[in-house]
Amino acid sequence: MTSPVSPHTTKGSAGDRLKWVGRAIRRVEDPVLVQGRGHFTADLPAAHWVRFVRSPVAAGTIKSITAPDGATVVTAADLVGVKPITPMLHKFEYRAVGQPVLADGQVRFVGEAVAAVVAASEEEAEDIVDLVELDIDETRPLVDSRDALQPDAPQIHGVAPGNVILKGQFKTEGFDAVWSSAARIVKIDARSHRQNATPMEARAAHAVCDPSSGRVTLTCTTQMPHLVRTAIADLLGMPESELRVIAPDVGGGFGQKMSLCTEYVLLVWLARKLRSSVAWTEDRRENLIASFHSRDQYVTLEAAFDADARLLALRTDIVSNVGAYSCFPTTSGVEPLMAMAEMPGPYDFRHYQCLARGVLTNTCTMAAYRGVSRPIITFTLERLMDKAAKAFAIDPVDIRRRNLISAFPYTSAMGLVYDDATYRETLEMAVKAVDMPAFRARQQAARAKGKYLGIGFATFSERTGYGSPAFAARGMEITPGWETVHITVDPSGFVEVRIGSSPHGQGLRTTLAQIVADEIGVPPEMIKVVHGDTDTAPYGWGTFASRSLVISGGASLIAARKVRAKLIKIASHMLEAAADDIVLEDGQAKVAGTDRTVTIARMAREIYTQTHRFKGELEPGLSESGTYDPPGTFSNACHVAMVELDPETGFVKVDRYLVAEDAGRIINPMIADGQVHGGVAQGIGNALLEEIVYDEGGGILTASLADYMPPTAHEIPAIELHHIETPSTESITKAKGLGEGGTIGPPAAVLNAINDALTPFGVEIDTIPATPQRIRAALRKAETAA
Amino acid sequence: MTDKTTITLTINGRKHTIAVEPRRTLVDAIREDCGQTGTHIGCEHGVCGACTVIVNGEPVRSCLMFAVQADGKEIRTIEGLANGEVLHPMQQAFMDNHGLQCGFCTPGFLMLAVGVLEREPDISDDDLLDVLSSNLCRCTGYQNIIKSVRQAAVEMRK
Repeated sequence: MTSPVSPHTTKGSAGDRLKWVGRAIRRVEDPVLVQGRGHFTADLPAAHWVRFVRSPVAAGTIKSITAPDGATVVTAADLVGVKPITPMLHKFEYRAVGQPVLADGQVRFVGEAVAAVVAASEEEAEDIVDLVELDIDETRPLVDSRDALQPDAPQIHGVAPGNVILKGQFKTEGFDAVWSSAARIVKIDARSHRQNATPMEARAAHAVCDPSSGRVTLTCTTQMPHLVRTAIADLLGMPESELRVIAPDVGGGFGQKMSLCTEYVLLVWLARKLRSSVAWTEDRRENLIASFHSRDQYVTLEAAFDADARLLALRTDIVSNVGAYSCFPTTSGVEPLMAMAEMPGPYDFRHYQCLARGVLTNTCTMAAYRGVSRPIITFTLERLMDKAAKAFAIDPVDIRRRNLISAFPYTSAMGLVYDDATYRETLEMAVKAVDMPAFRARQQAARAKGKYLGIGFATFSERTGYGSPAFAARGMEITPGWETVHITVDPSGFVEVRIGSSPHGQGLRTTLAQIVADEIGVPPEMIKVVHGDTDTAPYGWGTFASRSLVISGGASLIAARKVRAKLIKIASHMLEAAADDIVLEDGQAKVAGTDRTVTIARMAREIYTQTHRFKGELEPGLSESGTYDPPGTFSNACHVAMVELDPETGFVKVDRYLVAEDAGRIINPMIADGQVHGGVAQGIGNALLEEIVYDEGGGILTASLADYMPPTAHEIPAIELHHIETPSTESITKAKGLGEGGTIGPPAAVLNAINDALTPFGVEIDTIPATPQRIRAALRKAETAA
Repeated sequence: MTDKTTITLTINGRKHTIAVEPRRTLVDAIREDCGQTGTHIGCEHGVCGACTVIVNGEPVRSCLMFAVQADGKEIRTIEGLANGEVLHPMQQAFMDNHGLQCGFCTPGFLMLAVGVLEREPDISDDDLLDVLSSNLCRCTGYQNIIKSVRQAAVEMRK
């Protein structure tokens, strides 16, 4: 079956014969999900239910916690010997901040878990929560990272003076001389407000202890089951073998589910203590205030240009509000360090200076969210390029043409190596598709009628599929990167592919089957990809950072090549032919140029049950492993937004959205398009709507989905996709990652479009989300000035 | 709050006689008392629509209805959408058009779309978009949900 998908153009020759890779086959994940037969964590029954008592204040000292008579209420005092979550970086002046599983003496943000109530039902537990009395001595909270940096600011953690948890600094040699030689300096002060990844399934966990063995099975909504096991075993001081972690069907993650949750640790502790089953299902309010937040940054960026508008150097100051604690395993370096490394983007220049700080505040802890810092740095850099175009009185497209990287491999000023990509080609593809002269004419005509249209471009690179060297460069004590895949052809002839990645909507069970199918010559329906259970899946890092298709896909290919090699040897024996003459396809081995065949199912059966026939030359069984740890590969894209802005209300409607994208070889175009669609929708939400708002006291004003506004079908226009496929030389499947790219471009493209629409008013807006209130405030300022 | 009322919910044609507290929401009763966990809970405040089921022919958010209000009513959930092994055209269309990714919001979207199209088979594209914007999806960007529902609408009119 094929689906109508967007046009794909392959650059260069793929050079090999592929039958299943590249086809828009239907997903194997879907039949169960469309019938309501999925297994999500909250579907499990439990003997005990937990609700958390959460801090109503942002900062203070706990004086007492009083539980009603007869209630089971767990506090920090009960958790003797349980270590705090203390992620570690060995670079960048990182301060190791510990987070107790339940607040221990101090509370540091509204929503922090102070106590856990255990009861026979959720309702009963919730009723008891209302009766628990907290006496907290409030202290002055710090909400804004700039306030936390003031000399008189209270210190949130004793180990982090000045509330700075880490400081990344970088400067190229000879920077100052180049900077002072510039013809023009262009500057932007950008602000990204705080957001929440908002998976439709909030967090949930279910832990059950086998009363005889004491072994615990934790089922939870996570993107990284093995790491959850490692972390919890460490914190509770138990062997990993006594803990099994299952990520069943997981209802989206977007990064929010790749960090360790204190609640999951507590559930395992409780299950062991009660020798029973215990469950917790987060409600949406908890998710919005107390899961993880992201994207709260101030970014100042300056660019030095020569007289021809060619970029010479960038200088930036990044302040990332990391909240009250540091997330595990990435640490709160995830945003500031990503921003530092990738700020140079897709442009060709040699000099760069950066100061990136992570700043602690009395707010919910920051963690990864799809794209991590790149939606912000791309928005900042692309707004700067538009400002520079204006300063040089040239077209925004022209300034990009002058500065985009075009020769590969390219080593950035920061030292990252960019593999072959299509920065210029995707820009030109987008320019052609939007018909700029026609748009400008329409824009002029509309202005005459009091309607304000705008167009905005965003060109960017997206580092994907990076292995352990990239994480090691950050100095992470836990250095993720590689993936292992085990493939077994069992005696029935069916194929099982066990992976360490942990997909939760990405369709990896389908795409990995396509990769394996081509290599070993069986159709994908004979291949079952298994994941998400530490008892059956090989140790792996999970699914995040646009990595799974590249890294687990590569590991699948390596393992499949070994299976293929063995199948050829088996066939060579059984068909009495030279190995070079064996062809594997359609579930059979054939001797080329003859009609001699044997099915793969038959070969599999014999290698288990008739091993004597192979005279000791082949080992019994058909099971192979592959491990892959690639350096990383850069996807790229050009996004274009066209908007209409109502100056009376500040309302922005996105009329048209276009993506020209290059993610290397596309394994399944239908799934690839779906990833981009979903990413763009989140990006448009990030650009226009979504914001976690704190009041001055650290209380959250956006604690429901009616206040924190993920976009609906109304806010998202038809998304037009164009792909170029530049086979990656840094990825053995030739695929690049594309999970995050969709989300990276929209804040830049939409804000550039809004500012284009605002041109007649002489005001600019460099804040996301660009809500109607903010746009009206900018316009009012202009009206007052006039 | 522990006095329980005995009610009968008819879910996909099968009667479930259960005792619930008056405050119990319909979605909790469907999931926990009747064991039908295909209906999901996304927000419990009526915004996301993940819990949409069809009650007496109308799509409703089952987190905003008390179980006692549904006493004696005909409830349809995702588990009853297929006809045995034959998928409903809406289920088939979501699979054909990649209208789902993680699948968490999917039961709600399917029940919403089926409920509306059964009531209004010739609904205009604009009105359909209005209806579909009642529910939230975080994965698909809605592109393929809209495409799926339009394909199913054509099938359902046949």
